[in-house]
Amino acid sequence: MIEVKNIHKSFGDSHVLKGIDCYFEKGKTNLIIGQSGSGKTVFLKCLLGLFKPEQGTISYDGKIYSELTGAEQRDLRQEMGMVFQGSALFDSMTVEGNVMFPLGMFTKQSKSEMQDRVDFVLKRVNLVDAHNKFPSEISGGMQKRVAIARAIVMNPKYLFCDEPNSGLDPKTAILIDNLIHEITQEYDITTIINTHDMNSVMEIGEKIIFLKNGHKEWEGSNKEIFKTDNEAVTDFVYSSELFKKVRQMYIEERN
Amino acid sequence: MNYLASIGSYFIMITEVFKKPTKWSIMKKLILKEIDELIYGSLGIIIFISFFIGGVVAIQTALNITSPLIPRNLIGFATRQSVILEFAPTFTSIIMAGKVGSYITSSIGTMRVTEQIDALEIMGVNSLNYLIFPKIIAMLFYPFVIAIAMYVGIFGGWVAGVFGGFSSSADFSEGLQLDFIPFHITYSFIKSIVFALLIATIPSYHGYYMRGGALEVGKASTTSFVWTSVVIIIVNYVLTQLLLG
Repeated sequence: MIEVKNIHKSFGDSHVLKGIDCYFEKGKTNLIIGQSGSGKTVFLKCLLGLFKPEQGTISYDGKIYSELTGAEQRDLRQEMGMVFQGSALFDSMTVEGNVMFPLGMFTKQSKSEMQDRVDFVLKRVNLVDAHNKFPSEISGGMQKRVAIARAIVMNPKYLFCDEPNSGLDPKTAILIDNLIHEITQEYDITTIINTHDMNSVMEIGEKIIFLKNGHKEWEGSNKEIFKTDNEAVTDFVYSSELFKKVRQMYIEERN
Repeated sequence: MNYLASIGSYFIMITEVFKKPTKWSIMKKLILKEIDELIYGSLGIIIFISFFIGGVVAIQTALNITSPLIPRNLIGFATRQSVILEFAPTFTSIIMAGKVGSYITSSIGTMRVTEQIDALEIMGVNSLNYLIFPKIIAMLFYPFVIAIAMYVGIFGGWVAGVFGGFSSSADFSEGLQLDFIPFHITYSFIKSIVFALLIATIPSYHGYYMRGGALEVGKASTTSFVWTSVVIIIVNYVLTQLLLG
């Protein structure tokens, strides 16, 4: 579990995060949603330890990040997996090389042990015949699968995803969402997904934090988000015609 | 003020490069790859340029000897001095700042733009050590490139002098050996080691700390070439004053 207490983050005069309190549950897909500029990415980077908050604490299963030594922080980071918006695969390495990279860097496994683990995780993300291809030779959806494989190869306790299905067609996006959801439950990981894709919210949003102007505006599940009366949330959720119609149907059904 | 801040963060970067080293088995491969990219991959252009620069120096010297009282062995002497003292270490380094420097900036800058550096950091890798340390070690082989540039430059001068009809081979060879000071070679290698470190680190700094997209990668490459060249020229002056002055 990750617990966030009153974190503040500023860049110059711009106060981006203004005292966020929340917790992210283990074995669940936790979503951070909000409009562009609401502070989602800065919040995620604070959770990853890439940005240091000026105030407040973030604790990972009881360990407060800011109180750890440099070596302890690095050890903790090795328990984190990250799927970037653009996949961030190392373009000079093959798919296999990308997935094997953390194993080669941080474990003392033999070549055959590493190979077995890489084969296993690539099979888990449904990529069985792309081992020797370079990232530029595979599709965006496949790149996301490789990024997920690289993120889980070290058996992380915490999985972070920054808009994992951006740039993907709706069908592939749902497949990626479901893959993350399955992996989260299978390995009992604390997963945090930064997104503004309402399909993801509907599909896998077991816990949702809605940010607005650097504040936590609302918190709930995907079942609750469509029923809330919070104006900021409804403005965001029903900004598309499709969801407006869904809401209309829901109201008609209720009446 | 910005310049001071940049100089400060450059030196902080240098100290960070040597902290938390990457596993040796991985680093070894990275160093060999960088030697191939930065050193071996530059030999062709360096040999080509050095040959013709040596030739031009010999021709220019010959054409400026108008008095019959000046011995023809001056062509070999002037070629040797020019190539060893300046053309091989300094001129070659400016070319390397363009060729190798822009490669370093753009490759690291692209990794920054595509979040590959963030990926390394999140994994717990010291990205500065992983990316820059192998380049620094590879560039320690740079004096070998300079030695080749010296040899080829002088050979180019000999070819242009002898086959251009400006000097006999014997006169040229006599000039090459005239008043030879071995310390000039040492001076040249000291300069080349310092320039190598500048060529490895200044472009890395511009690539690592760049912000923006593809356009900014291009701008960072240009800026890094300008700054590497400026620093090489200033350091060249200081080293010459210190070692020969």
